[in-house]
Amino acid sequence: MQLPPAVHARLAGGPGAAEPLPVERSPKAGAAPFRFTARQVRFPREHEFFEDGDVQRHLYLQDVLTQVAGAPERPRVPEFTCQVAGCCQVFDALEDYEHHYHTLHRNVCSFCKRAFPSGHLLDIHILEWHDSLFQILSERQNMYQCLVEGCTEKFKTSKDRKDHLVRRHLYPADFRFDKPKKNMSPATPRATVQVSAEALGAEGEQVEGDAMEVCSEPAGERHTAGRRVLFVSEYLLPSVLVKGHHEDLKAPRKEINTSDD
Amino acid sequence: MWLRRQGCLRPAGCGVEELRRRRREREAALRKARREQQLISKRLLRDDAPEEGEGGCVAVILGQAEIQQFLQLAQRGTEEKERGRALVSLRRGLQHPETQQTFIWLEGSMRTLVGLLTSNQALLQLEAARCLHELSHSEQSAVAEACLPATSYLLTYLSGHSSDFIELCLYTLGNLIVESEAVRRQLLPQGIVPALAACVQSPHVTVLEALGYALSQLLQAKEAPEKIIPSVLGSTLPQHMLQLLQPGPKLNFGVAVEFAWCLHYITCSQVNNALLITHGALSTLGLLLLDLAGAVQRTEDAGLELLACPVLRCLSNLLTEAAVGAVGEQMQLRDERVVAALFILLQFFLQKQPSLLPEGLWLLNNLTANSPSFCTSLLSLDLIEPLLQLLPVSNVVSVLVLTVLCNVAEKGPAYCQHLWPGPLLCSLLGTLAFSDTEVVGQSLELLQLLFLYRPEAAQAFLQQSGLQALERHEKEAQLQDRVHALQQTALHS
Repeated sequence: MQLPPAVHARLAGGPGAAEPLPVERSPKAGAAPFRFTARQVRFPREHEFFEDGDVQRHLYLQDVLTQVAGAPERPRVPEFTCQVAGCCQVFDALEDYEHHYHTLHRNVCSFCKRAFPSGHLLDIHILEWHDSLFQILSERQNMYQCLVEGCTEKFKTSKDRKDHLVRRHLYPADFRFDKPKKNMSPATPRATVQVSAEALGAEGEQVEGDAMEVCSEPAGERHTAGRRVLFVSEYLLPSVLVKGHHEDLKAPRKEINTSDD
Repeated sequence: MWLRRQGCLRPAGCGVEELRRRRREREAALRKARREQQLISKRLLRDDAPEEGEGGCVAVILGQAEIQQFLQLAQRGTEEKERGRALVSLRRGLQHPETQQTFIWLEGSMRTLVGLLTSNQALLQLEAARCLHELSHSEQSAVAEACLPATSYLLTYLSGHSSDFIELCLYTLGNLIVESEAVRRQLLPQGIVPALAACVQSPHVTVLEALGYALSQLLQAKEAPEKIIPSVLGSTLPQHMLQLLQPGPKLNFGVAVEFAWCLHYITCSQVNNALLITHGALSTLGLLLLDLAGAVQRTEDAGLELLACPVLRCLSNLLTEAAVGAVGEQMQLRDERVVAALFILLQFFLQKQPSLLPEGLWLLNNLTANSPSFCTSLLSLDLIEPLLQLLPVSNVVSVLVLTVLCNVAEKGPAYCQHLWPGPLLCSLLGTLAFSDTEVVGQSLELLQLLFLYRPEAAQAFLQQSGLQALERHEKEAQLQDRVHALQQTALHS
């Protein structure tokens, strides 16, 4: 198929519509036995007109061995240790470190050291477990928010919320990020627990304790109330992790002074 | 930006002929599946890197005892690396359908796997997720449905930050989504649409491509028009999708392909296309079409049709909405460059993917049917002859070409003046010799318009043995009346 050079030139040119030639129709046009009418056409989803293109699309999807994460192989670096205080993990690849960091150190409750998969769940946790005002308010109004993003329902008790999660959102009854709060004073930092295989329980069942325990930390490490604090070495974090989240991240490693209660 | 990630599909010891044969088989299977409305494809994300000196990734069949052993080791091993390796071994086994079956029927196995998925050990989480991903890829429904207990966690993890992990969760979800309506009936109340909408703001290209894949699977579901598309349209997804389709330095091919298909599933369902138009879909897609034509001129990359196809479809369907008159002037597609771009793509299709010619011509029909301006463009850019060059390709293509020519001719004498003298008449004498009734029928329609607005053409027709060409079809039921009418017109001219 030969295209005149004007076509390529036109593509490279500026936007604009052609000045239309005058339209002048005769009533005889398309009159019986003829039937042509100029009209736009729609094709619905399952129409066979789409068969060829759909098949090509699925051949592409089935082209199965795609490379993970863009880079053909993970570059190995000299072994390094996670710099978060008390964490003993060693890594030889930055991607492994990234996942470790986000899983265990990113959304950590400064009171009880539990780690959460997202900022959203962490916020809810802090509110419900460590905020005394929450307790007071919840006696008068529905304060327990639904965990599902996009659902704005709130509930009187954590049990009501769980029922909602199970019935409305088809969540499992033992959803691990919705443990009921233990009976304890909200502002007291919980003693940290040594992570070990035993935490998962003899039968492979999750223990009745809390879902996410953080790697053990030396005794006496405490944090100021209300703030999520992260210990971070700026030398170590891949730049992807430092992207503008928290001002603390840019500071070199430091310890936080705490009060004694 | 136009470079695709290269897939490395090369089973060892496969010659080119073998690959072609397999591809033809897969293609035939897909066609059959589509006709039965069972078109399902899953994307498997597998690490290319050979692991620790073992020769290649061979799927091993594991028995019950071995599976139990690996699970126990993963749960209770003392060293994290050891536990991780146990899961790697399990995963290799799960590449085999038999192991998958054994696994899902083993009591407590999924519960343990989910426990590891939600554990506090990042490495185990990742490996457990990979096992789940293997299971999600299974072609047996029972296996994929066995993964249901994990979905609430997969969705929760979409709000996390670890891009590799999120990517894995998304591909797993995408595979599960397409498996059955039962799975979707669980995922929708679990909040998959808001979770995806939150995730679409990720800066990571790999996450976006995975997200587009998962969303495209969701939108392709049979019940999507009633149950899924309305909530997708009600979320922030449409604006983000269109942003990701805007041409420019940030456009990523893989991401664009996925979201273009998402948009196609939405538009062809005709749920609320007017909304998409108010978000600027027509102009975004029009600009993308221009960009594609430019890329085709530069690289002739055979993968570009993967993006061109859904873009053409969306434009074609959206144009029918705009014509309904609901939207203001500036939203409608008017730029003449679109016609130039389309022809460049048609030329590309002719060489690389002729099966897409009908789709390109469909867009041309929708552009020209009600638009004197676009019809004029066809004439002023000298595109009639290239169009005629497509006639021999196939009957479907011929009918579409003739329809477009009718769109031009029916606008009146000023247009027909440019159609004759010219190569058109000769081509029509050619199409009259086709055996396909529809091709001939459309040729007759075009002749009528031509004779009406350009009577001299009728004389030329006679001189070129037109009557004999018509006679051939005098007995054909669907054509007779029109044949006779034309014979009369020609004789009286």
